[in-house]
Amino acid sequence: MIRGRSINPGLAEGEAIVSPEPIGFYGGIDIDTGIVIEQGHSLEGQSVTGKVLVFPNGKGSTVGSYVVYGLEKNGIGPVALVNRETETIVATGAILANIPCVDHIDIDQLKTGDRLRVDAGEGTVERV
Amino acid sequence: MRLTRAQQGLLDGSEGEVVQRMMRLLVRLGEIYGAEQMIPVGSVQVAGVSYKSIKDPGTDFLEDMAAKGARVKVLTYLNPAGMDMENWEEIGFPADFARNQIRIMEAFKAMGIVVTATCTPYLAGNLPRYREHIAWSESSAVSFANSVIGARTNREGGPSALAAAICGFTPDYGLHRDENRKPDVVINVVDELHSSSDYGALGYHVGKLVKSQKPYFCGLPATASTDRLKALGAAMAASGAVALYHAEGLTPEAELMDTTGLETLTVTRADLDETYAKLNTGDEPDIVILGCPHASLREIAEVAQRIEGHELRKPVWIATSRVMKEAADRMGYTATIEAAGGRVVADTCMVVSPIEQMGYQITGVNSGKAANYLPGFCKQQVRFANIDDLIGGQK
Repeated sequence: MIRGRSINPGLAEGEAIVSPEPIGFYGGIDIDTGIVIEQGHSLEGQSVTGKVLVFPNGKGSTVGSYVVYGLEKNGIGPVALVNRETETIVATGAILANIPCVDHIDIDQLKTGDRLRVDAGEGTVERV
Repeated sequence: MRLTRAQQGLLDGSEGEVVQRMMRLLVRLGEIYGAEQMIPVGSVQVAGVSYKSIKDPGTDFLEDMAAKGARVKVLTYLNPAGMDMENWEEIGFPADFARNQIRIMEAFKAMGIVVTATCTPYLAGNLPRYREHIAWSESSAVSFANSVIGARTNREGGPSALAAAICGFTPDYGLHRDENRKPDVVINVVDELHSSSDYGALGYHVGKLVKSQKPYFCGLPATASTDRLKALGAAMAASGAVALYHAEGLTPEAELMDTTGLETLTVTRADLDETYAKLNTGDEPDIVILGCPHASLREIAEVAQRIEGHELRKPVWIATSRVMKEAADRMGYTATIEAAGGRVVADTCMVVSPIEQMGYQITGVNSGKAANYLPGFCKQQVRFANIDDLIGGQK
């Protein structure tokens, strides 16, 4: 079990999709499909829907918070967000959308395809 | 973070789900930035108003908030919208854009937010006092409030400002605290400044140099008006991320500050000339847009005086707040400007309005901030110059 910090509480379980680089949600993820559209991004073309989205931190426009919210509202959001350091764009998005979110996690220990259980109230992530 | 019993109540849901969510946002942001408590705010200014900026996701969020009964607890104003809310059709703003912009404004109004949309709330009825804690968003308004007025605000995002408005307080960190308001570097301006665009060029140059540090200016003239300081702060906040500056003899906290031992950077006319050269990416503009940040009544009067009786060869817009526009209407300035072929446009701003969809490619501006943003946000080439070169006429 990896222990971090709670950003927005909630329980979730799902398959991990791990980005080694930051994600800019606005212009980076399509709000109607949940697919990463930023050109040249290591997750380009992959869907975040239903996944535990693992990435170091957010980047880019502050409108990204609304994109996180919009993905959830459209029913195609990730089930949880796991970060090394959640900055304000992602923290704001997770709280507005009410998606479980944890940070201060050593994300190098996680890889795409891992099945993860996130207890964001406790700030923990574990492989199941 | 230490919360009062009432604040803890909000976090536990005593005022319902929306307030709980907003409170959670404030607490988490406070924890991220190391705040130990919440502080009441006297007023709020919310960014993320133009449909061009927040698109469908933001619009849906605001409508959802309004529908769930979110209401603000303190005086709250808005950043500029994407269009003039009264004359949009006549000016030529696209109809589908307008429909969405109107949805956004109605959602804000339902929350009790004053739908005065301006980057100069301090000229339009939202004026904080010295040392008052506020939660404002727009970078030039944040700079003006912190620096020229001596109020205290961090640069809030749209949602965090909205959360402060709904809860009535903000986390106590950053520029709310004395220890974080001290200058980091002295800027010695050795040559004279002649126009508003010179202040914009100075701001652009210094913002690039100091990034998010707090500069302390020496050498600015004791006669510098609030209009000039508004232009200076706006450009510095755009090219860097300066949210607070001090200016010897001009801003209220300057004399409280000790500059002993700080690095001093000198700015000369040559630095400003270089800045003009760098920001000029176009030749003859298709349109001239003044009022970034929103023009004061004095600035509108000056333009009216310059172009009275002339016939403008290209469109000239002056962006301002609705409040200033109404005063300009009453004084006949608007009529004078319109008779020459210009326009006074309220509620909006060139940067957040869809001017690229309206057929313009080269925009003339006297604002360092506008010159910084127009190439990226509006795909415009820029002619950055003083008002003499842009529209001529006699002062």
